Amino acid sequence: MAETAYSAEDFAPAPALASVQGISRPSLSYWQDAWLRLKANRRALFSLYIVVALLAFTLVGPFVWRLDPALQDLEQISQPPGADRNATIVEPYRPWNGDDAPTTASLRLVEPPNTQAVRLVWAPLPGADGYRLYRNIFPVGPERAFGLPLFETLDPTKRHFEDRLDLRPQTYFYSVVALDGQGRLTDAFETVAAEVRRVITVEEAQAMGLVEEGQALAPGDGIKLQAHPLGTDYLGRDMLARMMAGARVSLFIGLVAPLIFITFGVAYGAAAGFFGGWIDQALMRFSDFVVALPFLLFMILIRVISGVQPGESGIVPLVLAMVLLSWPATARLVRGQILQIREEGYISASRLLGAGAPYLVLRHMIPNTLGVILVTLTFAVPTAIFTEAFLSFIGMGVAPPTASWGSMCNEGIKTMLTHPHELIFPALFISITVLAFNLLGDGLRDALDARMRSTE
Amino acid sequence: MLRYALKRLAQGIVTVFFIATATFFGMHSVPGDPLANDKAMSDRIRANLEAKYGLDKPLLTQYSIYMGNLLEGDFGISYTQENRRVNDIIREHFPVSATLGILAIAFAGLGGVLWGALTALYRNRLPDLVIMLLVILGISVPSFVFAALGQLLLVNLNDQFGFSLLPVAGWGTVTHMLMPSLVLGLGTMAYLTRLMRSSMLEIVNADFIRTAKSKGLPATRIFTHHQLRNAILPVITVLGPSIAAITTGGFVVEMLFAIPGLGRYFVQAVQQLDYTVIMGTTVFYGAFLVFMVIVVDLLYGLIDPRVRLE
Repeated sequence: MAETAYSAEDFAPAPALASVQGISRPSLSYWQDAWLRLKANRRALFSLYIVVALLAFTLVGPFVWRLDPALQDLEQISQPPGADRNATIVEPYRPWNGDDAPTTASLRLVEPPNTQAVRLVWAPLPGADGYRLYRNIFPVGPERAFGLPLFETLDPTKRHFEDRLDLRPQTYFYSVVALDGQGRLTDAFETVAAEVRRVITVEEAQAMGLVEEGQALAPGDGIKLQAHPLGTDYLGRDMLARMMAGARVSLFIGLVAPLIFITFGVAYGAAAGFFGGWIDQALMRFSDFVVALPFLLFMILIRVISGVQPGESGIVPLVLAMVLLSWPATARLVRGQILQIREEGYISASRLLGAGAPYLVLRHMIPNTLGVILVTLTFAVPTAIFTEAFLSFIGMGVAPPTASWGSMCNEGIKTMLTHPHELIFPALFISITVLAFNLLGDGLRDALDARMRSTE
Repeated sequence: MLRYALKRLAQGIVTVFFIATATFFGMHSVPGDPLANDKAMSDRIRANLEAKYGLDKPLLTQYSIYMGNLLEGDFGISYTQENRRVNDIIREHFPVSATLGILAIAFAGLGGVLWGALTALYRNRLPDLVIMLLVILGISVPSFVFAALGQLLLVNLNDQFGFSLLPVAGWGTVTHMLMPSLVLGLGTMAYLTRLMRSSMLEIVNADFIRTAKSKGLPATRIFTHHQLRNAILPVITVLGPSIAAITTGGFVVEMLFAIPGLGRYFVQAVQQLDYTVIMGTTVFYGAFLVFMVIVVDLLYGLIDPRVRLE
């Protein structure tokens, strides 16, 4: 072991420095501390950004994307996002009665098929006493599953047809089948494929507001139809505009209902906890009774009792029903907290200094439960959004034409296989919102309440 | 224990009585009545029908008659389905809903405990991260989307295999039950997994685990006898509320999978204001839920000796 040399100075008392006595770090209030903890939690902070973004989407969105959510774009029905929206300008429609139909050797198209009309002529089929015309969206195989006919005639000399029925820019397969003298199908048939192009007349373009002032359009010019960033639904309404309108309803219900029932629950629980005794007993028995009510059944009953007929939206009755049925959980939680706090030393001290009951409750008890209440609120929001979506989905919540994410899911699920985007977008928004509020709630719980801090 | 059970049961009966009363007067305060659904009828026919169903009596008399019948276990006759007793409707369709719910709870409980325990054992390693990601999905995706995706999956699978692996909708055999009950239990399973994980993590480092390790117990025995049994307790407490959540979720799953459960009858009855069917289903479900919560509470007392029931 090395020898250490000590001198007399080593044993002199240390000078008292002011910096040692001072507080080295700034003192933090409860809320500042909580905010710092929340900021350190990356997941919670990220979900906070998402919540802010959702609010911006709901409140600012409609001012940026000014399309009417109820407006139908009949040229673009059930279009997925990024669908081709080019159209060609054509002359206004002129009737065609087949007078100038050229003679032909087989079934063929008279002119390039477009969404205005598809014109067909065909040659006599062997032994035909009449014809039946079919339109399919898939090539018809040997099983000859034609479906419903488009047109039928028992006049073998009529060998032309003009199709103007709900034409979309896609490929159609037209088949003409010969009929015998009794109008029965025979084996002779021909098929032709028609790739229909989207066309629009100048008048139609003007009516849709696609033509700028002073812009001259001639037949053959290309024009772009209204853009729909998230596509359109089955009635041709813009999905983005509807998502924004739906967000307003869904988030309104999701935020307002929890705010009201938590406020009520806090007041109720505080009263029960503060007064105690038989008042507490009576109040808690009543809340137990409300808990026991079958939630969905009473949800629907309350809506019906408020005079909402099936098929009506009634957003306020929906909120009312949620408030009436959801407050007991908060009340029970707050009551438990108040019962604990009531026995704390600082309450006795405050009482000793002459504080009255309202002062004790409002100034000491409720602020001390605020952390728990805030956490309950963040967890109540996704539950409320789910409930709204769920009720709208079974047709007992927001009804069409009012948009809400739940009712949009309800409409989208019907066309899930052919147009999945009508279900995916509302479902995605519900999921993201619920996820964000759940993660935010986790983060808040960790930040605000040391006792409830999760071990994750 | 017995005294506690009896006390809870008595409270439960009072609760059911209040549920019945609230529903009765709520329902009767809705404008219109079940007869208004039919096509126009003469005043005479209407008066006769009202007399038949007792709708001409004062509301309080109707209430006391209904309550008297209820005490005898008679829910009355449906207004809209000709001469069908509500007891029969419940007897026929409740077992379907109950089977679906019990299977869903079984899926949720088993899955939740298993996945939760796994994530805690593999904390912050790959299995934990993967499962927790799935859990987050399970919590934030609505059940009707799961139902739709489940059906889509079945359609594609059946298409791939060329024969019907599992039926896409309907009810009857065990194969019909698997997909809907899995879909129904998924949300609860995710929730239980999260709960199980955090309760398991609290226990992993407990003193008695260290004791068990130091006396040389094999890891599997520590897991099954010491960790799992202790960590499972919080999961059991939330099973009661979970049953309620699953009953609620059952409505949509029944609708999407075309399952002849009780939920459909209730929605239909509310729309047609079929008094007796509304009352029957509400009182029955209410009683069922109250009873299940009591059972779960009692079960908790049996499993955890530290809990004193009083």
